[in-house]
Formats: sequence, structure tokens, C-alpha cells
Amino acid sequence: MTGDHDHDRKHGHDHDHGHGSELSEMQLRVRALETILTEKGYVDPAALDSIIEAYETRIGPHIGAQVVARAWVDADFKAALIADASNAIAQLGLQQKVGDHLVAVENTPTTHNMIVCTLCSCYPWDLLGLPPVWYKSAPYRSRTVKEPRKVLADFGVTLPADTRVRVWDSTAETRFIVLPMRPAGTEGWSEEKLAALVTRDSMIGTGFPKAANEVAP
Amino acid sequence: MNGVHDMGGMDGFGKVTPEPHEVPFHTDWEARSLALNRVMGSAGEWNIDIGRYWIETLPPAVYLSSSYYRKWFLRLERLCLARGLVSEAELASGHSKGPGRPLKRPPQSGAQAGASLIRGNYDQPPRAPALFEVGQTVRARNIHPRSHTRLPRFARGHLGTIERIQGCHTYPDAMVEKGVEQGEWLYTVVFDGRELWGPDAEVGTAISIEAFEPYLEPA
Repeated sequence: MTGDHDHDRKHGHDHDHGHGSELSEMQLRVRALETILTEKGYVDPAALDSIIEAYETRIGPHIGAQVVARAWVDADFKAALIADASNAIAQLGLQQKVGDHLVAVENTPTTHNMIVCTLCSCYPWDLLGLPPVWYKSAPYRSRTVKEPRKVLADFGVTLPADTRVRVWDSTAETRFIVLPMRPAGTEGWSEEKLAALVTRDSMIGTGFPKAANEVAP
Repeated sequence: MNGVHDMGGMDGFGKVTPEPHEVPFHTDWEARSLALNRVMGSAGEWNIDIGRYWIETLPPAVYLSSSYYRKWFLRLERLCLARGLVSEAELASGHSKGPGRPLKRPPQSGAQAGASLIRGNYDQPPRAPALFEVGQTVRARNIHPRSHTRLPRFARGHLGTIERIQGCHTYPDAMVEKGVEQGEWLYTVVFDGRELWGPDAEVGTAISIEAFEPYLEPA
């Protein structure tokens, strides 16, 4: 049993369950199902390991950041991205392929975009990796369509009163990514350096990219 | 169904609280649960819509008190039972009591499974021209189907504007209720905040949903 190890990992992290007994119950139940499905030949544990490793190490917001940085330096790519994000990103030849039905929505001085899924937790996994706990939480899912400015305040983000807020509820198989505005003072920067400014939250719409002076010169 | 999963506009859940130290998974079972769902989901025994429905039909108190990955696990366990892939006796004992049956498709296998993770394509051939055009005012229908739907309650009965035509996609309602891949036009419909929330709307907000054609009527 690895219960002690898991208990340590859980301690201080898992906000969903306050008592240790449920952890062991879940550990046992998940292990039982995995064992049965494996014994029946449905599941190959090597495939499970490989999928977990991909999400832990390879698929994450650095993919989306590359796309945003390219859009900041290449006007033709940006136009193609806004027109058909899946197709435009496929042309980039990224190592990790992205799926269809992706939509990129552009922030401007007058419009700020936010992404939510009120019905479940739809999220652009291909570009941003595993969704954060808050994105899947009831507070975010319930409030973002009704009081987006107050939700932004929970992230310490304040928009000018005359900036329009546009919320995209991901109720179908379309997936959205926000193209944030390029920070001031980054003229002439390389794509790689620009990508380091692009935060995950800036691509969901709950944050901004880092400022030019927040990264090492 | 008008379930607790349809959360848009509900009050009382409190502040959004990002974790100070995010980790990919909090426990090993979360990771195993995610991967088991991915692999079994690739076997063609159910699709994404059916998978969602089996989360939505968890008892409301269980839904609200379970973490994301716990909901995913409970969904998988229920679907495996419902499809005859495992039995209650096997779950109780933790071991298989007999061979499996053929699956509709061979599930993802091998140490390269993680390299080919990519979302599916949901395009369907159109059965008729799109009924609505960009810029048109439409009303989200006041419907309350008991089965699965992706028309959120907060939009029903309200006037919006067709902003984009997203193509013709698999219609989730028909997939869950009838098990058929029925193509329907999908639109981005944008609503003014005041149309949805009246005087309680925040200033200068607009909210869009992705709405299948049967969710909409001419206004």
C-alpha cells in the first residue's frame, strides 16, 4: 500500500475532501476498477502510464504561449489564427498536435474575453494542458457568466469601466483560447522571449501577460 | 435535464480561489482515473456526450461534494456497469471473474498512447442549409428536456444575436436520447448581459453560448 505516501501528497493540497478516509476509499476503488479492466484485457497499464506522463510533462500552457507569441510577431499568422485557429496552428508544425474546432478570440483595448464552461469543464487541453482546479470549480462556473468583473477581482484583475467584457461559454465541442494583448515595451523581442510573458490565465482571460520588466533581460 | 451541473448564474458558491501551488494531480488515483477514462473512452462504447450525461445524472449531493476526478471516476464505474463491462461482484472483490467481451473499437494501448492524445472531430454532414445567418436576432427556446441538453438554463427564453456559424456538429441531445449521430448547425449566439440578468447585470458585459439549431427559434 502506498497510502502513507498519498496521504502526504494530499495533505495541504486537496481542498475537495477534508477527511482522510475518503482518500483511501477512492484509492481502493480506482485500483479495483483498473485491475478488473486490465485483467479483462480492456486496459493496457502502459497506456495509462503514457497518458499520465504526457499530461504531467509534455502538454501544457507552453504550447498556447508559443501560438500567442507567434501571433504577436506575425500579422499573417494572427489573421489566420483568428479565421481558423485549428488550421493555423496545424501549419506551425508543433510537436504536440491540436484538435479541431479551436477558436481564438482577440483581446483589444475595448474588449476583454473570458472563457468558461458552465455545464461541465470544457477547456482547450491541447493548448493549455490540464485545467486548473478553480476553472472546474462551482464558483467559477456559476459566476463568470453573471458577474465576470467580480470574478476577475478574485484574480486581482481590474478592467477599465468602459472595457467591454465578453464571456464565451463552451457549451459545445468548440474550444476557445484568448489571444491577449502584447505587453508594451516588447518591440523587437524574439518569439521565445515573448512566449515567456504569456501566462496560462492570460489565455483563459482571468489574467494578463507578464509585463516586459517581469522577465529576466 | 435541469441538473445541478447547469451552474451558470447560480449564487452562493463563494469566491474563486486559485491554489497557491498547483500540481498536475493531487493523488495518484486522480491520475489513474483520468487515464482510465481516456482509454475506456477510446473504445467506442460511449461518446463524449454520453460520458457527460453519466456525470450529470450523479445524485445532486454527490455531484456537488465530489472533486472533478472523483466525478470522472464515478462516471466511468457507472458506465462500465451499465454497459456490462464489469459487474458489482467484480467491483466488490477487486478482480475479474471472467473474460471480457469484444469492445466496439480497440482502446488506446501501448507506451506511445500519450503521444497521440488529440481531440476528436465532431463535424457532421449538413442535412439542410443553415436556418439562421450571422447578425440575425434569435430566441433561445424555452425548453426543459429531461434528457441531456447543452442549452444552459440561463439562456432559455432570451434574445440573442447569431455571431458565428461554427459548422454542422454531432447533436448531443440526439446522441444521448437516441444513440444517433445527428448533424445540426452550431452557432455562437451572443446575449447582452442585461438581457440575461436584467438590472443585476454588470455594466458592459456580453455572454455567448454555442447553440445547436434546435435550441433556437426566429425572433
